[in-house]
Amino acid sequence: MNVVEISGVSKRFGSTTAVEGIELEIGEREFVSLIGPSGCGKSTLLRIIGDLIEPSGGKVVVNRKTARQARKDRDYGIVFQDPVLYDWRTVAKNVALPLEIARWPRQKRKVRVQKMLELVELTGFENHRPWQLSGGMQQRVSIARALSFDPALLLMDEPFGALDEMTRERLNMELLRIWAASGSTVVFVTHSISEAVFLSTQVVVMSPRPGRISEVVPIDLKQPRTATTREEPRFFELVTQVREALHLGHDLERAAPVITQQAEA
Amino acid sequence: MATMAAELPVEPRTEVIRRAAARVGTSILVLAALWGLWEGYRWLWIQEGWTWPFIVNDTTMPHLHDIFAALWAKASPGGVGPRLITVLVKGALFTAKEAAAGFAIGALGGFALGVLLAHFRLLQRGLLPWIVASQTVPILVVAPMVVVWANPKLPDSLKDWGAVALIAAFLTFFPVTVNTIRGLQSADRRALELMRSYAAGDWRILWKLRFPAALPYIFAALKISATASVVGALIGELPSSIPNGLGAQIINFSQYYTTQPRGLWATNVIAAALGISFFLIVLIAEKLVVRRAPENLV
Repeated sequence: MNVVEISGVSKRFGSTTAVEGIELEIGEREFVSLIGPSGCGKSTLLRIIGDLIEPSGGKVVVNRKTARQARKDRDYGIVFQDPVLYDWRTVAKNVALPLEIARWPRQKRKVRVQKMLELVELTGFENHRPWQLSGGMQQRVSIARALSFDPALLLMDEPFGALDEMTRERLNMELLRIWAASGSTVVFVTHSISEAVFLSTQVVVMSPRPGRISEVVPIDLKQPRTATTREEPRFFELVTQVREALHLGHDLERAAPVITQQAEA
Repeated sequence: MATMAAELPVEPRTEVIRRAAARVGTSILVLAALWGLWEGYRWLWIQEGWTWPFIVNDTTMPHLHDIFAALWAKASPGGVGPRLITVLVKGALFTAKEAAAGFAIGALGGFALGVLLAHFRLLQRGLLPWIVASQTVPILVVAPMVVVWANPKLPDSLKDWGAVALIAAFLTFFPVTVNTIRGLQSADRRALELMRSYAAGDWRILWKLRFPAALPYIFAALKISATASVVGALIGELPSSIPNGLGAQIINFSQYYTTQPRGLWATNVIAAALGISFFLIVLIAEKLVVRRAPENLV
């Protein structure tokens, strides 16, 4: 069964078309990365899936429901590039926030928060304030918060874009472990080709102006991925394939700028 | 920035004491400097016989030690009855009651109005100019009217001082309203998106996100309002002939200023002390209530 089914989706902001003619199916327990240069609409597409913005046209079905209904049923866990933690709450209280909104009883909440902090290896930091943690740790809190209520779909918008390379690779490994343990489906927006290939079961390559899907690259690297996955010849082949798809999309656009791996402003 | 939590140094006790001592020391230095400025200015102007901007003598600028001595002296010229400080503190307590009630009414009302206006943008656009205009009304003119209007409707226990509290509230609510609106709208856009993704209703978004995000703004306003409420209570007392507060003492001593300048100065000192205490109470409340990242404190 598909968790996400997108057909003919477009989004216009005023006179500019952000995305157009999007067709995409995401199966259960998939890890799908959206990759493309700035302005290709990958964040827009993520927000449309999560019902944070409404598409101008087309249809989005999530768990056989409309995106709106899926949001109301709390099917989405969202992680942004910035952790967006509430600095007036402790780490534990931040993770508990969605559970409070969903009116979980206190005791159940407490047990769940403990379990989530264990999952992201932050046991012992319950009573710290977010600003007392490093960027990587803050992002792990944000992931724990997103997963706390067991959403069917985890939407991640360049979650590691603001972190250094070392932290990013470590968190990639952790994310894969969490993904395997939680059994959720992940949609992951990134600028980084190697990150997309390493993490995903499918890489969706997008091209800009207007944003559309230019190619879907299935990633057949064996699971579970390990540190040595990045050294396999197949990994390099896939990285090359994604890179070429990106450039092809670009050349068709006749747009000059080179794809950077830097975070969007 | 990226401090590992586990390595966060626990502040040693001696460090805390050292910083407190430094703060007290600074305050004493500032007070001493102000004292020196006052007395130095006085001495220089008298010495040189300068008359600009005003003639300096015991009437215009009494010695500071004379002002404080006057506080300890008997209030009435005959040397009988209570000390001046006893009379003034009694008056200050009465004024404090008015100011505190006015502050409470103004802060709560101002906050409620802010929440309302932040939620209904149309109302905000229509009403905010009038609220701003309300603050340009000369309070000294309105105060006696408020007393006349409100007094007949107030129960005996609230008579007079209740009306003054309303005047104080009028000066209190405005900064709170403006900063509440600003603060409620300061919540991070993505934090709001997260709330949306949790399917949180407006009410829960208000209490769990917008209100905590607004707290530093609200406290910034409360600090202004705390002193404004004291000023409001004093001004409310002046034209409404309420005998128990500091306002009556101000009128009294200003009538005798040429013969007894120290009395008015002493009243000034007590009024200032009242304003400062109000400010400090809000400051302490803020330290207890607002727990934000250092960069998010207004």
